[in-house]
Amino acid sequence: MPDTTKLIENLVEKYGKKRESLLPILKGIIEEERYLSEDRMLEVAKALDISGAEVYGTASFYSFLDLKPRGKHIIRVCKTIVCDMKGKNEVLKTIKDCLGINVGETTSDGTFTLLQTNCIGQCDHAPAMLIDGEVYNELNAEKVRNIIKEYKLNRQN
Amino acid sequence: MASQVKRADIIFAPYSEYPYKILGEALKKSPDDIIDALIKSGLRGRGGAGFPTGLKWKFAKKAQGDEKYVVCNADEGEPGTFKDRDILVKVPRKMLSGMGICAHVTGATKGFIYLRAEYDYLKDALQKEIDFFHQHCEKYGLDFHVEIKSGAGAYVVGEETALLNSAEGKRGEPRNKPPFPVTEGFLNKPTVVNNVETFVNAMMVCRIGAEEFAKYGMRGQKGSKLFSIAGDTPKPGVYELELGLTVEELVNEFGDGNTKAVQVGGVSGFCVPSAKFKEKTIGFPGKDDVNYIPTGGSIMLFNHTRSMYHVLENYLEFFEEESCGQCTPCRVGTQQLLKGIKAIKKGKKDPAYLDTLYKLAETMKITSKCGLGQSVANSFCSIVDEFKEEIIY
Amino acid sequence: MITLTINNTQVEVPEGTTILEAAKKIGVEIPTLCHHEDLCVAGNCRVCVVEIKGRPRLEASCATPAENGMEVFTHSAKVRNARNVITQLLLSEHAEECTLCYKNGNCELQNLAEEYYHDDEMFIDLAHEKEHHIDKSTALRYDPSKCIRCQRCVRTCAEIQGVNALSAAFKGKDMMITTFMEKTFGEVVCTNCGQCVVHCPTGALTERTYYDEIWEAIEDPDKHVVVNTAPSVRVALGEPFGLEPGTIVTGQMAAALRRLGFDSVLDTDFAADLTIIEEGNEFIQRLKKKFVDGEDVALPMITSCSPGWVKFIEHMYPDLLDHLSSCKSPQQMFGALAKTYYAEKKGIDPEKIVSVSIMPCTAKKFEANRPEMKSSGYQDIDAGLTTRELAKMIKQAGIDLTKLPEEDFDSIMGESSGAGVIFGATGGVMEAALRTVYEIITGREVPFRHLDIQPVRGLDGVKEATIKFENCKPEYSFLEGAEVKVAVAHGLRNARKIMDQIKEGKSPYLFVEIMACPGGCIGGGGQPIPTNDEIRMKRIEAIYREDAGKPIRKSHENPEIKQVYEEFLKEPLGEKSHKLLHTHYSKRNRY
Ligand SMILES: Cc1cc2nc3c(=O)[nH]c(=O)nc-3n(C[C@H](O)[C@H](O)[C@H](O)COP(=O)(O)O)c2cc1C
Ligand code: SF4
Ligand code: SF4
Ligand code: SF4
Ligand code: SF4
Ligand code: FES
Repeated sequence: MPDTTKLIENLVEKYGKKRESLLPILKGIIEEERYLSEDRMLEVAKALDISGAEVYGTASFYSFLDLKPRGKHIIRVCKTIVCDMKGKNEVLKTIKDCLGINVGETTSDGTFTLLQTNCIGQCDHAPAMLIDGEVYNELNAEKVRNIIKEYKLNRQN
Repeated sequence: MASQVKRADIIFAPYSEYPYKILGEALKKSPDDIIDALIKSGLRGRGGAGFPTGLKWKFAKKAQGDEKYVVCNADEGEPGTFKDRDILVKVPRKMLSGMGICAHVTGATKGFIYLRAEYDYLKDALQKEIDFFHQHCEKYGLDFHVEIKSGAGAYVVGEETALLNSAEGKRGEPRNKPPFPVTEGFLNKPTVVNNVETFVNAMMVCRIGAEEFAKYGMRGQKGSKLFSIAGDTPKPGVYELELGLTVEELVNEFGDGNTKAVQVGGVSGFCVPSAKFKEKTIGFPGKDDVNYIPTGGSIMLFNHTRSMYHVLENYLEFFEEESCGQCTPCRVGTQQLLKGIKAIKKGKKDPAYLDTLYKLAETMKITSKCGLGQSVANSFCSIVDEFKEEIIY
Repeated sequence: MITLTINNTQVEVPEGTTILEAAKKIGVEIPTLCHHEDLCVAGNCRVCVVEIKGRPRLEASCATPAENGMEVFTHSAKVRNARNVITQLLLSEHAEECTLCYKNGNCELQNLAEEYYHDDEMFIDLAHEKEHHIDKSTALRYDPSKCIRCQRCVRTCAEIQGVNALSAAFKGKDMMITTFMEKTFGEVVCTNCGQCVVHCPTGALTERTYYDEIWEAIEDPDKHVVVNTAPSVRVALGEPFGLEPGTIVTGQMAAALRRLGFDSVLDTDFAADLTIIEEGNEFIQRLKKKFVDGEDVALPMITSCSPGWVKFIEHMYPDLLDHLSSCKSPQQMFGALAKTYYAEKKGIDPEKIVSVSIMPCTAKKFEANRPEMKSSGYQDIDAGLTTRELAKMIKQAGIDLTKLPEEDFDSIMGESSGAGVIFGATGGVMEAALRTVYEIITGREVPFRHLDIQPVRGLDGVKEATIKFENCKPEYSFLEGAEVKVAVAHGLRNARKIMDQIKEGKSPYLFVEIMACPGGCIGGGGQPIPTNDEIRMKRIEAIYREDAGKPIRKSHENPEIKQVYEEFLKEPLGEKSHKLLHTHYSKRNRY
């Protein structure tokens, strides 16, 4: 567990104590902790001298700034039209089968969270998904299974 | 059959000439000359709205401000669009030198690239390119500093004023216009916001000259354009084509032989049914010209196996989530359209209810605060017009 | 100047005028919801759209500047159709329950729906498929199912109050107005000032009402219900009865309260006079400690009669609480005396007394419920009602306020001076205090024409004045020749300016008055809706008229004040005062 007060201090140092730094700071917290807890949001509010409501209102606007605890790896499957046409449902089903979770849920060991997202700009290689910002495209059931296996293996190492 | 689409090779042409050499040469020209060239070239913004780039720069140059900004809109969120991604990967130096030229023209000293969160994986490489760019700025004596600002997942932030709010660390809600960004933009300073591709094009105008640039294009349209081609096509990808081609020409080249409809301009654009492939031309409309369809470059092809009801439902789900939610017609209208077609499909509402929804879409078009809500009607009405049976039954 | 035509009528307006304002100028009313003259432009409800010749889209008239040669149509078929659709959309998202709604009859959405009446629901009902949680905190009530997302409350809390307790959250179909983490108002930095309530066009944000409890008490023969009414209520209560803003209804109000069945009709103004005696003496004492005894006392001293302001400083400047006067607000002084002095004099068991105050304020509800406000041994004030709630009770009783005779307050604790009355307007407490303090120190009247201290009056956000003490009484010789700088701020955003100066150690002032609400109490969160600067000014003028008409203009000359010191309190800042009339504050969390 990283020293979190330090984390926010460092982020504020890096991006500056100004309102424009709010998004980069929140993204920095997400990178470390996968979601924005109440305490973190309050610390950020304090650090930037803005209100808690402003932090919450801003954070909740953006779909990559999660407000609920998430697993170590966040899978976001694109659900917009081209990926949808090209087999998004199969991708989703495969992940659900592999991990035993539904969309919006996290595996009980806290490793994976499964989410859907809107167009990620990979329509020429649909269907596609993001895992923690990494792109995986031209997916099919087998490819998905291998990717998940890979992540699981890496975790054990 | 010989290909009817005319390929161009401006944007991805390999770095035969060092883009920064062109930047260096442009910096020796007067801002007014560059503005004139841009106006003469007929270059219009590649982000979708198609505002003449030369004029935009001219306004920003004229605007009073102790500080000015150049912003590159790399939020590329329109479904079916991925051409800016390829520019960022393949020819970032062309884009950066375009930004540098804009800084020279407008007198801006700061700039940023607003990069969508979905492209975070491009960030490190892009930052290296920016560092390299800064070396050249220094070399040429251009006082201009660029940074990356990362998005966090919100389509509407591609709208330029929403982008500015987001860059200021706020909710990405579009602002009222006027004032326009060229006079009151980032932190209320004069700001030019251009699409990634527009900067590349502006730089190419400086390289090959306005006349040469204007030679590209058919049917009165000027220049070439990147197209992101996806859907039911054997060869999805990014293509640079001369503007002014018809949908038919496009389908002949990229269709799978069974094309039923083409969505031009992403979900906020228009759906063209096969019966109209011939008459619809891709480019910027003149006054009241209904047969031209502008586009930020997204082309999605649907073949006859696709249900247009399903397509429309998918679009509307996208809109009701991605609307910023601040204005009534868009926030409530998108929900009503989606609920409405579902209710009709399930028989819970009369087919005549589709007329009410149609009227709603038309009202959204003329009353919404920003381009998002205004353009929902484009796809809704064009799909309902042509595929009414599919929507109802 | 710009010339344009609106509905074919030519109109000339200065540059920068919006179409909405230009239309108003020629008597064309364009409906609005998100617009409020106190706030910056939002342009998000879209009901004010108009047609402009040559433009394919309609434009929001509140957000569009008039241009030369523009031809505007505000009610064309295209506009009416669009407005109708937008109204129906709003209603589809709104839990229309007008008959169950506190704002029934005074609701901007309802007015719009009336204008754009439609005999059937045009769209699918969205309101009832979501679960809505109603937040009932001590002072406020928020029902999100009535919220139209106009963000007037958000802008109010940010622009006028600088608190930012509210924000829009999420986006698209999930967009909502809420606090940090959707907590209740009681759990966040909210000051309970109620300005968001005054600016809310619908029934989404209202005060938490208590009149049912009061009716019950009134009808309980074992209870003795005393009521006290704040100075600003008497210049605003007429408005819900159709009277012009600024009409003085002091006498009718007393008559109405008596007819409602209150056992004793008393005046908060009496307690305001008492506040001046205590606070004035506290100020002099602080000056003495500082300049004679060389003690480290906090100066400037800041007034503490606005409970919204008190909660604000507790949250935002917890390290500067020493600057607050330890005096309770008039409401709480009244309450403490009602169950001691009054009970004693009248021979009533304080346990049986229910003391109610009628306030222009929502924060007073919170104040009455502070745990420390029990110095009489009971809860000093049992309930604080707003001006609006009183109007409701009067209507419930079938009383037409306008037809009532003028009656007087009861005694004791019903007599007041003009100084007590002006507490209701921004600058009033300062003016009242100076009238007394100057006289204590010099033995002469404050050197302003008719005792009117003009520099602290009016709607400027921060006002200043300087008073020079000359020919002081011997015991105050340490003040001889001193030029005392004072300041007055209203609206918490203006308060911040003063506080930041103090924080930086740069404040030039010795005495500061701060009121949470713009205009002071006359513009309070519990006052009739609408409230805007024009209405604030009218109420303020009425306050000063009431003062000017009073035979006694200075708190220390109020005979009932003299009496309460003689019979009960003995001396200002004395032992009893300290127990009953002074309080302490708590540090609170800033976020
Ligand atoms: C909802 C919405 C989304 C938009 N998204 C983008 C985008 O992702 N990229 C872009 O360049 N322009 C986008 N735009 C257009 C911008 O508002 C703006 O017009 C453009 O960045 C200007 O650049 P250009 O003149 O070079 O096209 C969007 C507009 C709207 C209304
Ligand atoms: S049209 Fe939609 S996205 Fe644009 S401001 Fe209105 S609600 Fe927001
Ligand atoms: S807020 Fe207005 S429209 Fe809604 S229920 Fe209350 S009175 Fe009726
Ligand atoms: S009561 Fe006052 S402080 Fe509280 S939310 Fe409303 S405006 Fe803000
Ligand atoms: S609570 Fe009232 S003021 Fe605030 S957004 Fe909702 S309707 Fe508007
Ligand atoms: S009043 Fe103009 S948009 Fe709401």
